[in-house]
Amino acid sequence: MSISVSHINKSYKDIRALQDVSFEVKKGEIFGLIGPDGAGKTTLFRILATLLIADSGQASVAGHDVVKDYKTIRNCVGYMPGKFSLYQDLTVEENLEFFATIFKTTIKENYHLIEDIYKQIEPFKTRRAGKLSGGMKQKLALCCALIHKPEVLFLDEPTTGVDPVSRKEFWDMLKRLQQKGITILVSTPYMDEASLCDRIAFIQDGKILEIDSPEAIVKHFTKTIYNLSANNMYKLIESLKTYEHAHSVYPFGEFVHYTDTRDVFDIDELQHYLKNIGLNDITIEIAKPTIEDTFMALAK
Amino acid sequence: MKLFLGFIKKEFYHILRDRRSLFILFGMPIVQILLFGFAITNEINNVNIAILDHSKDVTTKKIIDNISASKYFSINAFIQQENDIESVFKKGQTKAVISFEKDFNQHLIKNGQATVQIITDATDPNTANTISNYVNAIIQSQVKELNKGIDKGYQIIPQTRMVYNPELKSVFMFVPGIMTVILMLVSAMMTSISITREKELGTMEVILVSPLKPLQVIAGKVVPYIALSVINATVIILLSLFVFKMPIQGSLILLAFETVLFIVTALALGILISTIAATQQTAMMISLMGLMLPVIILSGFIFPISSMPLVLQIISNIIPAKWFIIILKAIMLKGVGFSFIWKETLILLGMTVFFIALSIKKYKIRLE
Amino acid sequence: MERVIEVESLTKKFGAFTAVDSISFHVKKGEIFGFLGANGAGKTTAMKMLIGISHPTSGKATVAGFDVFTEAESIKKNIGYMSQKFALYDDLTVKENITFYGGIYGLSRAKIKIKTQQLIEELGLEDIANNMVGSLPLGWKQKLAFSVALLHNPKIVFLDEPTGGVDPITRRQFWEMIYKTANQGTTIFVTTHYMDEAEYCDRVSIMVNGNIEALDTPKNLKKQFSAHSMNDVFLKLARG
Ligand SMILES: Nc1ncnc2c1ncn2[C@@H]1O[C@H](COP(=O)(O)OP(=O)(O)OP(=O)(O)O)[C@@H](O)[C@H]1O
Ligand SMILES: [Mg+2]
Repeated sequence: MSISVSHINKSYKDIRALQDVSFEVKKGEIFGLIGPDGAGKTTLFRILATLLIADSGQASVAGHDVVKDYKTIRNCVGYMPGKFSLYQDLTVEENLEFFATIFKTTIKENYHLIEDIYKQIEPFKTRRAGKLSGGMKQKLALCCALIHKPEVLFLDEPTTGVDPVSRKEFWDMLKRLQQKGITILVSTPYMDEASLCDRIAFIQDGKILEIDSPEAIVKHFTKTIYNLSANNMYKLIESLKTYEHAHSVYPFGEFVHYTDTRDVFDIDELQHYLKNIGLNDITIEIAKPTIEDTFMALAK
Repeated sequence: MKLFLGFIKKEFYHILRDRRSLFILFGMPIVQILLFGFAITNEINNVNIAILDHSKDVTTKKIIDNISASKYFSINAFIQQENDIESVFKKGQTKAVISFEKDFNQHLIKNGQATVQIITDATDPNTANTISNYVNAIIQSQVKELNKGIDKGYQIIPQTRMVYNPELKSVFMFVPGIMTVILMLVSAMMTSISITREKELGTMEVILVSPLKPLQVIAGKVVPYIALSVINATVIILLSLFVFKMPIQGSLILLAFETVLFIVTALALGILISTIAATQQTAMMISLMGLMLPVIILSGFIFPISSMPLVLQIISNIIPAKWFIIILKAIMLKGVGFSFIWKETLILLGMTVFFIALSIKKYKIRLE
Repeated sequence: MERVIEVESLTKKFGAFTAVDSISFHVKKGEIFGFLGANGAGKTTAMKMLIGISHPTSGKATVAGFDVFTEAESIKKNIGYMSQKFALYDDLTVKENITFYGGIYGLSRAKIKIKTQQLIEELGLEDIANNMVGSLPLGWKQKLAFSVALLHNPKIVFLDEPTGGVDPITRRQFWEMIYKTANQGTTIFVTTHYMDEAEYCDRVSIMVNGNIEALDTPKNLKKQFSAHSMNDVFLKLARG
């Protein structure tokens, strides 16, 4: 096991940030931590990265205990905290060089690991990090976290603020790192990224609700989801919310995802209801549930 | 080692790129020294002095005439006895009294030397200093005149004495104080700020979870500031040497050694502060209130320790700056060697070791 | 329809580097305008010029009827702004933040009191009204920041990546707030990297290297680029 966590508890004053958290991550696995803000993801990362000590429970990373062998762990993991900013007064290249040095490597040696992302900010390598756009900073931070080849990589919301194209490239990179045998623990607020993980854990209020592969998790979603659209999105959402049989109503891109409280659902009745309210171009069709639907159903 | 050098390189980037801080860092000592220096040494002109002539002979008359002829002085009183000196000063007009000993001329001829006392009012110590220098110059030119064509040289020995404030405060006396304040500021405040900045940025988290050892991080933060502080100390000493012609009486090597010791003390304090403070602001406030104020008020820099209330006198003993100022004054002004200041040095060394140990112990290897 | 933002050949250069390269567009009153683009495309830079805190290198622009060159102060009174990094003071409580921002926008004390009460109720923050904002989850902060940006009933609100890093549920609550605000006639100018959110906008522009490469309703954009979703449109365009 590359990461193993058993019965971890951690509280801050009156908040129980983690409650009896247990899971295991195999070597070379991409394991996703998914959960709403304040669920305890960052606390978990910090415990595994040897930055915090849990109140009770055990955890080990790459076979080393996070409390006793913290020095060994620090030599073999990579960590990118969620709130990570770079040295604003250092240039892009100097930042990267610094992190390469403290991780005992050089840019040249590991350039191939970061090439796809780095080449997008490389034209600006002499620019001070403080003058980069928000997403460019995040990309540089990613490069800094990936410039060495750790055994285990902890990434706390690495793609926040990164544009969709670069996110895709970033995940391609993670997949390549995975093939080199690196274990990756990653948290993300993007549900499309969650489905790229080998396994994910839903975490809420410090508790793990479910652990499984994305495909399996989606299968746990038992209700039928309907894709609805109409000429006025806002009105559609409002009317659905006041519909007496509504179970859940969530906007989903150009559609609204709707679930009904009843086992047998009458499409015509709903269509009728919406028409009466004054909506036009109404379409209702069955949709496949996604991780995002599952997440929202669980978190509700 | 490569790790460590990489770290230091980064620190130097931070320091060199922050132009404003750099400017303050190097501008401040220069400005302070110049300010103190020039505000204090001022020209004198037509200063009132009184004469106490116990001898009333040809030579004293000659000297008195020369003094009253100079544009620097005008004689406003002739007093008759020692007791009158105080009352003359009290009136506030007279800045100095020149007192010739009894049988001045006879002593000069018989023994080849005579004594004159220059008593100055030390409420304005710098003017006092200048006055005695000028009076002395006039007397010495008179001696030259007397010695013309004679091979056995006469000597007039001036004894300078200050009333009211015998501990002279001049630019010379300020140099050790200013140096202490600046070294404290640069070393302690800047290191504590630079460490807390990493905490605020979130980069500390990454550095903790890296192969860098805590000791390397601390040393990496400290080394650049040792360099900066040494440069600063050198600038201050050069300024006082060349602009104010302050002679350094003692050994320069000893001075350098003691200065580095104090810099390390201050850096240890800075690291200690950064272990308590979570933000740059707090670090700055603690440095200012907790370090600068005591240094300025309790170290004897401005207010003589001997005239403080007993409680403060006792407290002043735990201020490293007090000991450093004593050491500096001893080396710079008195020119004494290590055998005279080993006790103070030992105290400072003890404090430094204590602070370093404490700050390493307190340095957090984790976030909480 | 009344145009509340009009931009013509607006340009911003940093030294030799052109961050925003002569862009032109307009935004209608009450519209939700999505301002998309890859990282470093120039969105934040353009937005900063529109809200009057950055001086354009050249071009023309009016916001709420005021010129960005000469009437920046009037613009600031008529708009709300939520920045990419900083919105609220972490070391002030929820209430204190509201009071502070109410104060700088010149609301009377009585009004601030009413508004504070109202906001706290609407957002369901009763229990934590006296907690430091720094201790709130990001999504709550962002919702609070949005409400604060609306305190002075601005004509236009500029939101720079308001939902970055926010979880799916809170993100949707945030967009419901946006819808509601737009429905009341306030114009919304918003940037995002979530492509499902792009679908919620009335019109969307996509910036590439300082230029606006496409601008239309999500529906038309999908048609134009024969794409399934806005995500596909973006992938096709964003890398030039
Ligand atoms: N003060 C500055 N000096 C120099 N270049 C700057 C400055 N501010 C921004 N830039 C550059 O202008 C370009 C556009 O930046 P901007 O912040 O507008 O991007 P953005 O579209 O908001 O990106 P993101 O989605 O990452 O937030 C970037 O290349 C950035 O580095
Ligand atoms: Mg931006």
